[in-house]
Amino acid sequence: MTSIGTGYDLSASTYSPDGRIFQVEYANKAVDNSGTAIGLRVKDGVVLAVEKLVHSKLLVPGANRRIQTIDRHIGLASSGLLADGRHLSNRARDEAASYRDNYNEPAPLKALADRLGLYVQVYTLYSSVRPFGCSTILGGIDKDGPSIYVIEPSGVFYGYNGAAVGKGRQLAKTELEKLKLSELTTREAVFEAARIIHLVHDDAKEKEFELELSWIGDETNGRHVPVPQDLFEEADRKAKEALENFE
Amino acid sequence: MPDMSAIVNPQQRQFNPYAENGGTILAIAGADFTVIAGDTRQSEGYSIQTRYAPKVFRLTDRAVLAVNGFAADGNMFVKKVKQRLEWYRHAHAKDMPLRAIARLIQTMLYAQRFFPYYVYNILGGIEEDGTGAVYSFDPVGSYERETCRAAGAAQSLVQPFLDNQIYFKNQTAAQGSPHPAHLPLPDVLSIVIDSFTSATERHIEVGDGLEMYIVLARGRTLPDAVAGLRPQELPSAGGEKVFVLKRDLKKD
Amino acid sequence: MDHFPTNWGRPKYDNFDTSATYPLHNRGQNQSTTSGATQHTQQPIVTGTSVLAIKFKDGIMIAADTLASYGSLARFKGVQRLHPVGDYTVVGASGDMSDFQYLQHILDGLVISEETTAQDGHTLGPAEIHEYLSQVMYARRSKMNPLWNSLLVGGVKDGQRFLAYVDLLGVTYSASTLATGYGAYIAQPLLRKAVEGRENTLTEPEARAILENALRVLFYRDARSINQYQIATITANGAEISASLKLETSWGFAEGIRGYGAQTQ
Repeated sequence: MTSIGTGYDLSASTYSPDGRIFQVEYANKAVDNSGTAIGLRVKDGVVLAVEKLVHSKLLVPGANRRIQTIDRHIGLASSGLLADGRHLSNRARDEAASYRDNYNEPAPLKALADRLGLYVQVYTLYSSVRPFGCSTILGGIDKDGPSIYVIEPSGVFYGYNGAAVGKGRQLAKTELEKLKLSELTTREAVFEAARIIHLVHDDAKEKEFELELSWIGDETNGRHVPVPQDLFEEADRKAKEALENFE
Repeated sequence: MPDMSAIVNPQQRQFNPYAENGGTILAIAGADFTVIAGDTRQSEGYSIQTRYAPKVFRLTDRAVLAVNGFAADGNMFVKKVKQRLEWYRHAHAKDMPLRAIARLIQTMLYAQRFFPYYVYNILGGIEEDGTGAVYSFDPVGSYERETCRAAGAAQSLVQPFLDNQIYFKNQTAAQGSPHPAHLPLPDVLSIVIDSFTSATERHIEVGDGLEMYIVLARGRTLPDAVAGLRPQELPSAGGEKVFVLKRDLKKD
Repeated sequence: MDHFPTNWGRPKYDNFDTSATYPLHNRGQNQSTTSGATQHTQQPIVTGTSVLAIKFKDGIMIAADTLASYGSLARFKGVQRLHPVGDYTVVGASGDMSDFQYLQHILDGLVISEETTAQDGHTLGPAEIHEYLSQVMYARRSKMNPLWNSLLVGGVKDGQRFLAYVDLLGVTYSASTLATGYGAYIAQPLLRKAVEGRENTLTEPEARAILENALRVLFYRDARSINQYQIATITANGAEISASLKLETSWGFAEGIRGYGAQTQ
C-alpha cells in the first residue's frame, strides 16, 4: 500500500505521479474481498454461478440475490459491493428496455456491455463520486449466439469464454481453463459451475455460503432463469462429492 | 349542390371527454337504518354495454356510496375515495365517520371544479349518533343531508314518487294521526323496489338488475319481513351491519 | 413555405369531397404544425373496425378482421389487431392503429419489466392488464389527448375467465359477450343470442362458429371490414392466435337484386 499517505488516493479525479488512479484500484479491492462469481460460455448457452457469502445465520435463505435478470435473454452476476451491483443491474435494465424501445429488438450483449462500461467509467472521472465497487459478469444469448462480458470498476469490459471475479477468481480461472468450454452443453456446464464454486470456497475463512446458479440456453428457450430446483440440487450434491474426492 | 359552408368555414370538432352511461340510483334514510340502491345496467345511447356494472359501493362498515353518470369518472372517483378512506384508517386506526366522508367527497369533487367528475353521488349510512343518513351531491360538490334522494336517468320519475311516499307531499294526514317522520325498513324496501320496477317500465336506460344495500345501526337486527328475503350479510367488525339484497329487473 | 401537405388545401374545383373519402379533416386556415403549440389527437387516421369476443366453456375467444382503413380506403389488408400480453391475456383493438401500436409497445415493456425486475413469481393476468390499460386510457382522456381505441381484454388465469372492455374515454365494462364499433350494433345481438346462458357449455368449435358467423354478417354490412380475420383462443393452456383466415361468403343472392346483378332494367 505504497499509495497511502501520498495524497493521490483520495480522489478519483487525480492521477498519481506514475499515472494510476488509486480509487479505482481500491474499488478492485472491494471486489477481491467478495464471494466468487463465474460465468461459462458454452456450446449452446451461458451459465452464471455465484458463491454468495452468508455473513449471518439470521438472514432469510435466498435473500439478497447476486444474480439478476436484465432482460429476457440476459443475466447479470456481480461480485463486490452488493448495492453497487444492484444499482448497475437497474441501469442495465433501463438500457436494455431503451434499446428495445429504439430498435424494437432485444439488445445485443455487446451493445449493453458497451453502455454499462461507459456508465461505470464516468464514475472514475469526478472527485464527487466513488467508482463502482463491483465487477460484473454479463451473460446472455443474442442473435450472434451466447456470450459473456465482464465489466470492471475502471469501466473496461472484455468478452470471455469463461470468466471469474471475486475472492477465488485465480483458482476458478485455472479450473475454467481446464474445461473444453466450446464442447460443453449448458446442462453439463451447470455441473461444472457448481463444482468450481464449491471448490474455490475457502471454508477455513468463510463458513457459510449459498450457491446461486442461473442459465440461458436452448433448454430455457433463450431465457435467463434460475436453474430448476431438481437440477440445482443434483449439481450441488455432485459438486460436494467431487470436492471430497478432490481433497 | 353539396353544402360548401363546412369547407369554406371549417368547424372545429373537439374531443368530448364525457359520456352518459344511464342508470339510476336512490337512497332512503330511516330512523336507525339506510337503504342505498342502484340498477346494474350500463348503457350508451341505445346500446346496453353490460347488464351488470355495479353503481353502489360499500366504503366502510357504516357508509355506502352510489355513483351515477359518466361511468369512467364514477369508477375513478370511487377508487380515489376508497384510497383516501384507507389512508385515514392507517393514520387514525378507525373508520372515517359518515359526515366526514360526506365533507371529503365535497372537497374531492370541488377540487375538479373546472374539469368535473361527471357524476352524481349519493352517500348513505349511519351517523355517529346512530341515525340513518343520506347525503346527496352535485357533480362539483354541492351537498346536503336529506332523508331521501334519487339521481340519474330516472331521477325525474322516481323523486316525485319519493316526495309523495317518504315526505308525504300532497297527502293530508288524518285527524289525530300525523305522518310519521321515518318509515320502517320493510316499507322503505317496498318503495325502493317499486321505484325501480316503475323506472324500468318507463325509462329505457334503467333495468337488468337491482342492488340494494341496507346499513343497520349498532345493535339493530333485520325485521323478520326483511330477513325472509335472505339478504347477504357483508363481513363487518361488529357494530353496524351491512346487507346486500339483489333483485332482477326487466331486461328489455 | 408550408411543408405540410395537409395544410395545402384541396385542388381548386375539388374543394369538397362528396363521398367523404378524404380522411384527414379539413384543417383550419391557420392551423400550422410549425406554430409551436402541442397537437393532440383529434381523430383517428388509420383505423381498425370491430373486435368481437365471447366466453366459452374453456376460456375466452376474441376475433378481429385484419383490415386497417385510411378513411374509406382499404389501406392495409393484413394487419394483426390481436396482441398477446404475457402468457394469459390477449388484447384486441379497434380504432386508431398507431395508438394501438403504441399500446402494444407499452404492454411489451410492462411485461418484460415485470418479469425481470420483480422476479417474485407473480405474473400479470388479464384482470391486471385490463386495469392497467383502463388507467392509461383514462389518464390520456383526462389530458384531452386520448388514445383513440376501443379495446377488448380477454384471458384465463388461475382457472378464472376474464373478459372486459375499455375505450378512449376510460369507460370499462365486462360481460360474457362483447363487441366494439359496428360490432356493438350488428354482432352483439347475435352473440348474446348464441352465448348468454351457455357460457359454461359452449365448446371451442361452437364458439369459433359463433364468431365466424358474426364476422361474416359484419363483412356483409360493415363497409370498413374485410373477409380476412384472426381468432385468439385463451384457455388454461395459454393463448393461441390463429393464422390469417378467409371468411366463406356467398353472393348468389345478389343476382336477384335489381341494380346489383346482371339485369339491365
